[in-house]
Amino acid sequence: MASHAHESNVKRIWIVFGILSVITIVEVALGIIKPESIHLNTFLGTSYLNWIFIILTLAKAYYITWTFMHMEGEKKWFRRSVVWSAVFLIIYLVTLLLIEGSYLYDTLSPLVRW
Amino acid sequence: MEANIAISSEKKSAWGGGGSKPFGASYGKMMMWFFIVSDALTFSGFLAAYGLTRFKFIDSWPIADEVFTHVPFLHGDYPMYYVAFMTFVLIFSSVTMVLAVDAGHKMNKKKVTWYLFATIIGGLIFIGSQAWEWSTFIKGSYGAVKTTDGKILQFVNSDGRQIALSDFVVGERGDHLEHHTKKNGLWFEKGDAIPQYSVAQIINSYNANSNVQVRTELIDLDKKQKTILSRKEGAKQLAKAKLVVEGANLEVNEYGNTIFADFFFFITGFHGFHVLSGIIINIIIFFNVILGTYERRGHYEMVEKVGLYWHFVDLVWVFVFTFFYLV
Repeated sequence: MASHAHESNVKRIWIVFGILSVITIVEVALGIIKPESIHLNTFLGTSYLNWIFIILTLAKAYYITWTFMHMEGEKKWFRRSVVWSAVFLIIYLVTLLLIEGSYLYDTLSPLVRW
Repeated sequence: MEANIAISSEKKSAWGGGGSKPFGASYGKMMMWFFIVSDALTFSGFLAAYGLTRFKFIDSWPIADEVFTHVPFLHGDYPMYYVAFMTFVLIFSSVTMVLAVDAGHKMNKKKVTWYLFATIIGGLIFIGSQAWEWSTFIKGSYGAVKTTDGKILQFVNSDGRQIALSDFVVGERGDHLEHHTKKNGLWFEKGDAIPQYSVAQIINSYNANSNVQVRTELIDLDKKQKTILSRKEGAKQLAKAKLVVEGANLEVNEYGNTIFADFFFFITGFHGFHVLSGIIINIIIFFNVILGTYERRGHYEMVEKVGLYWHFVDLVWVFVFTFFYLV
């Protein structure tokens, strides 16, 4: 806020923009090339490539929330009340739904004739 | 509760005018964060439902970079480039937004104005691109055939590359159907649009052209590619064809599972609606900045709060981009 006169963040903003751009370029490049070794081998239910995408996405989300949304400047427990709640609930939801999804596949796909 | 009690303006940002500030955050900012948490959960619900459905149809889900291959003004196969461009536009508009917030901290009205203006332009470019993406998806690019058991059959040439119906279908429709509009309708005003080709015409052309093969939705999970049928198998599948599909909508989808199109429209549509409302709110505070409202108020906190929303829209797109186009 206006009250605490912090020095300009402009330089940091551009650095973070650079980081986000590089991550996006890497993602798109990997998505187009799809190197076979990581695309076709699976680890914990999906390919290594997908895990790379997910990790890079979380890194981007971290930079957007912490720098652009200025989460790093908020009080510790305010930050935690937002981030921990959301992260916990999302992990919970996604885990249950994805398990259910593969159960549906295991149960229904033998009934589909190709 | 205390809405009609006069509160001095410098205490307005504190809770109930009492001067206490939990977590050192103003009421407005904290509520914006809590709104963002709930909205994030809504989007997570959609994306998790997408994930569930995708796992359910893991052996037949459309492959994203075979679906989104178009770039405006260019012909050919350019997977992902255009969405990557859209992602950049949105990230960049997030940057200009955070620069506007930063300029607001320094009470620099001129800079806030220009950065907000750039943010609005970025948002408009993004939403325009999304509209283009939708119309390309709805129009479709190749055309396919749907069978009586609900499967989509696409066509490939001898190199295994997908070809459009117009690339190999020849001859007469054979069923004399005609699209009726006001101009040539008989006793009614107009009828449903009729696909360019009839099923019989496609089957005849397939039988006449030995270079064409049928590709099914089934993914070879070892190679992560769609299965291409032999000529004989293809003819057998084609015999079950009942419908020519061109493009995608909520009922049919030439790229594969209809529910893929449903999720595409629903999730990118809901995100696009957020972008649209973000642009409108940005425009409102843009004029407030020009009118000097925040200058008189003594701080630009409103720009900061709207900025939070705008960054959130960007944040959601980062996830939609990953789970719809990359993974």
